[in-house]
Amino acid sequence: MMADTGSEDVAVIGNTDQTPSELQNNIKNTMVEKGGTLLKGLEISVAEAEKRTGKNAVSIQETYTVYLIETRAVDNVSEVANPTPDSLWRRYSEFEIFRNYLLVTYPFVVVPPLPEKRAEFVWHKLSADNMDPDFVERRRVGLENFLLRVASHPVLSNDKIFYSFLTQFFVLCLLFYSRLKALNATFRVKNPDKRFAEMKHYGDELQSVISQLLRVRARVADRLYGVYKVHGNYGRVFSEWSAIEKEMGDGLQSAGHHMDAYAASIDDILEEEEHYADQLKEYLFYTEALRAVCRKHELCQFELEMAAQDLISKKQQREELATGTVRTFSLKGMTSKLFGQETPEQRETKLKTLETQIEEGEEMVKERTAECDEFVKNAWEDIERFREQKDRDLKEALISYAIMQISMCKKGIQVWNNAKECFSKM
Amino acid sequence: MSAGTPKSLPSSGQKSIQEICHPLSAEESILSPSPDLGNTISSTGEKDLSLPNGNAVDTSSPASSSSLLNRLQLDDDLDGETRDLFVTVDDPKKHVSTMETYITYRVSTKTTRTEFDLPEYSVRRRYQDFDWLRSKLEDSQPTHLIPPLPEKFVMKGVVDRFSEEFVETRRKALDKFLKRVADHPVLSFNEHFNVFLSAKDLNKRQGLALLSKMGESVKYVTGGYKLRARPIEFAAMGEYLDIFTQKLGTIDRIAQRIIKEQSEYLVELREYSPVYSSWASSEEELQEPLDGVAACMANCCSGLEELTEEMSEDFLPVLREYILYVESMKNVLKKRDQVQAEYETKLEAVAFREDRKTPVPTDVEKCQDRVECFNADLKADWDRWQNNKRQDFRQLLTGMADKNIQYYEKCLAAWESLIPLLQDKQEARADTN
Repeated sequence: MMADTGSEDVAVIGNTDQTPSELQNNIKNTMVEKGGTLLKGLEISVAEAEKRTGKNAVSIQETYTVYLIETRAVDNVSEVANPTPDSLWRRYSEFEIFRNYLLVTYPFVVVPPLPEKRAEFVWHKLSADNMDPDFVERRRVGLENFLLRVASHPVLSNDKIFYSFLTQFFVLCLLFYSRLKALNATFRVKNPDKRFAEMKHYGDELQSVISQLLRVRARVADRLYGVYKVHGNYGRVFSEWSAIEKEMGDGLQSAGHHMDAYAASIDDILEEEEHYADQLKEYLFYTEALRAVCRKHELCQFELEMAAQDLISKKQQREELATGTVRTFSLKGMTSKLFGQETPEQRETKLKTLETQIEEGEEMVKERTAECDEFVKNAWEDIERFREQKDRDLKEALISYAIMQISMCKKGIQVWNNAKECFSKM
Repeated sequence: MSAGTPKSLPSSGQKSIQEICHPLSAEESILSPSPDLGNTISSTGEKDLSLPNGNAVDTSSPASSSSLLNRLQLDDDLDGETRDLFVTVDDPKKHVSTMETYITYRVSTKTTRTEFDLPEYSVRRRYQDFDWLRSKLEDSQPTHLIPPLPEKFVMKGVVDRFSEEFVETRRKALDKFLKRVADHPVLSFNEHFNVFLSAKDLNKRQGLALLSKMGESVKYVTGGYKLRARPIEFAAMGEYLDIFTQKLGTIDRIAQRIIKEQSEYLVELREYSPVYSSWASSEEELQEPLDGVAACMANCCSGLEELTEEMSEDFLPVLREYILYVESMKNVLKKRDQVQAEYETKLEAVAFREDRKTPVPTDVEKCQDRVECFNADLKADWDRWQNNKRQDFRQLLTGMADKNIQYYEKCLAAWESLIPLLQDKQEARADTN
């Protein structure tokens, strides 16, 4: 069940200035350059977040956050965006339903993930509370990123429901719950495509390694915070000491200020590092989508194998019936042996039914094979696309992480040089 | 040590104030006048005190000879090139005997002073010997601030007394101790110091009774006298020392805490490298960049390890040394108070005597003598100590800043070298597209 791809509307990746880091822009620019079928004519952003209170489905008062989706039509000729945006508020759970729709509708696509439902891999300062403003802000960025990824996807971007999700107020219902459930099941398959098996294994490894990395990062951040903050104590003691000194006083006092500055600098440093963690998290969640595609392949393959198996067994039955030999054990065969043979007429009817079933079975196998082949072709295309995107994005992430570290080192050198100057004037 | 039998100390019998020599002149060694400014004080009244230019010095009152000392000390400080005594501690060696195992250090001396028989000496000394020297100095020069030694006792289970780091830290502290003594215009001429530097075997049981006259007198001052009030300048010193020692303690705690936090940070940081390496092994395009990051992290770890070690070995011991220094200084201040108290009490007792015709008893005059000497010595030493303290802390804190800068520079270099590795591949791919 594929959505029609006849939409003419296209959305452009808007360079919104709400994004906190350079890298976010890099990724977006990359999406603009490399993404296949782009939607032009629409700028998308998740501009704001607001708290709301209301009664939920079971009439209990609750507080939740809504996010403002803004879209601006871009004039196709002049490529200038219409200044007044259309906007609509949606909450996180609506994004979830929309994503599930995509998962079910496009099973061969590695569907972009949503930002995390609950704060995980936190270090002590970062609140695990969903209402915390920092968490909300990072979620806002994550939701925007999600929409942009969908908008730059060659297949997903043409989905009509996507356009409606962005622009029209309606409530998405989860109609395809059972299909969703099916996505999570695993099947034992006799002849899986080797590439998919490898991909699934890769997905598992990537998930494991990124989880480890995020856990280490949280612990490292905790410790680093401690190191920097303790230096702030130097500020106070130098100040107190300078009070009893004559010539040494000024040098000590100013050095103390630099120690205070050093201690304060860690907050920004770790805030920036959160972006790197968010980029890793996106790919952590992407592994889920990757595995889902591989599982869908298994499902297809399974159904094909079932159909083929069924066909084989029916053919065997026909043969047995025709030749009268019982090659396979069947209860019916046994009972007929025990309770007497069938009449030739009965046999005739049976054969006829089997023949029809075999015909249908052969059709089924053909269909399923075609489905499988179609699926494998589309899925592998998207997996290739995903792989290239992942390599690009993660390399960018590593570069920006290195740049962050460089900046942190330079700040450290500067502060200590300043302190050294003060000390030398003591 | 000059030849000649040790003279007995001049008795503190009935002598007029004019005849009482400056306590320092009671030093055993014949201190002949040397060309440098450091010493023109002669011994036991046999030679007159004379200034370098040959003029006789009025030694009729201790006060004036003290002020002479002050002038001389100041000049000594200004003119570093007139240093004529150089001492070094190095070459630690382990000695194993049936009874014990211990470390000895080589103490090398180069000098042009005539108090020494030879221009150069090289002897081996162990910590006990340094300890002996210090207590001898304290006893014989109670009016002076004696530099501290590194801590005597180390918990056997906790610290390895024979580890390279411990021995090196101790050697540096012992070296500093001797250098401080050698730089001191009075202490460096102490007989015990001379023996320490020059004698082949330091037989402490000889019990060289080489106390200065001052030393003798201070030794026997009982603590039974109550001081009315510390003079302002010494009260100020006391207050300063109290606050200073407090701040030093705080800094020590902060430094220790930082080292602890950094060590824990290091433990976690070390986890990064293997994870990145493991990730690299499951990637193709990203393998090189990820391996690069793993290597980078490893470099940063070793840099951090270095920083923590250096702070432990270089920063903390010096801080602790100063805390010990301040403790011993506070004791000197207390001794000074006692000397003053004795004087004041005796003076008061005399004031109540009705018979005004008898002259002021000698022992009261001697007390006054002692007080004034002590005060003068202490003041001079205080100024000198403040100066040295300033230099020492400037050096210590600049050193701390330097170590941190080095650490960040090492990390910076590692990360910067990674960037071209990451970006080249990016550009190469862009080209092939």
